[in-house]
Amino acid sequence: MRFEDVADAMALLVDEPEALDPAVVAFVESDLRSQAELARYRKLVRSLRRLRSVHVEPPAGLLAETLAAIESTPPGSRRITRHRVTTKRVAFVGALGGVAAGAAATAVVVTRRRMSPAGSVG
Amino acid sequence: MTDIEREQPEDQLVTAARAGDRQAFEELVRLTYLDTYALALRLTANEEDACDVVQDTYLRAWKGIGRFRGDSQFTTWLYRITANTAATHLRRRQRTRTESLDSVAEPEELRREILPADAAESGAELARLSAALDQLPPKLRAVVVLKDVYDQPHDVIADQLGISVTAAKVRLHRARKRLRDELEADLRRSTHAV
Repeated sequence: MRFEDVADAMALLVDEPEALDPAVVAFVESDLRSQAELARYRKLVRSLRRLRSVHVEPPAGLLAETLAAIESTPPGSRRITRHRVTTKRVAFVGALGGVAAGAAATAVVVTRRRMSPAGSVG
Repeated sequence: MTDIEREQPEDQLVTAARAGDRQAFEELVRLTYLDTYALALRLTANEEDACDVVQDTYLRAWKGIGRFRGDSQFTTWLYRITANTAATHLRRRQRTRTESLDSVAEPEELRREILPADAAESGAELARLSAALDQLPPKLRAVVVLKDVYDQPHDVIADQLGISVTAAKVRLHRARKRLRDELEADLRRSTHAV
């Protein structure tokens, strides 16, 4: 038996060795290249598991729109009214908010500068 | 809703929701929507699709909450609906969608934050993995997300996706192999670039 003969089975050997031919399992246990390949798959599966704890930020309107959709659907209703969450709209509003906040901050700074006595810092 | 109501354990909220208490169900939505969105995004690899899947999931859950017998945890039941809804959504998408440029998933680094607990593992490595996952065909991605990220057993995955257990295993095998190949190629590309 060679590595090439068992390479294809490696992806399942990670968590289901019992599903494979015992001869394949025995070969993998004695072959360094197979062991290295198996280690790569184990690392892949470990990393995939870690992805679950990676925080994913949903669009700002998602919760509100979902609750609104539920509000308009009686329990047990056959009718489904989905409320559209437009991520582009959220981004656009966010951008507008950013622009507005930037303008406001500039206005505050300008006003403060005008109000500050000459030579003052900050 | 008051703070006391907000502190109700999940099973009390489920019981109330089953009796038609909309506020209790909405509280369940608040408690679970981040996880549901994360799963939907992993399955669809697209923000807008994920939002649609989340809404459909909760609407289906709200419609069917009376049939939830409590044999499993509410979140497990919800995962099942999410996976099923995402599969249906992607099938419909495949039939009708022409991919536009602005619907292509943005780079993972821009929309994912790594929690401090994950700092030990390279954030870039997880981001690469996440990006490789998004590149998989939806059928393969669904199986590897449900099995390797969410640790669901093969029979549950098969049930959720409407395929046989053997098909689920074959898809998992292919998905892991493609992920491994993609990550290795990605590593080679970045080594050459340096």
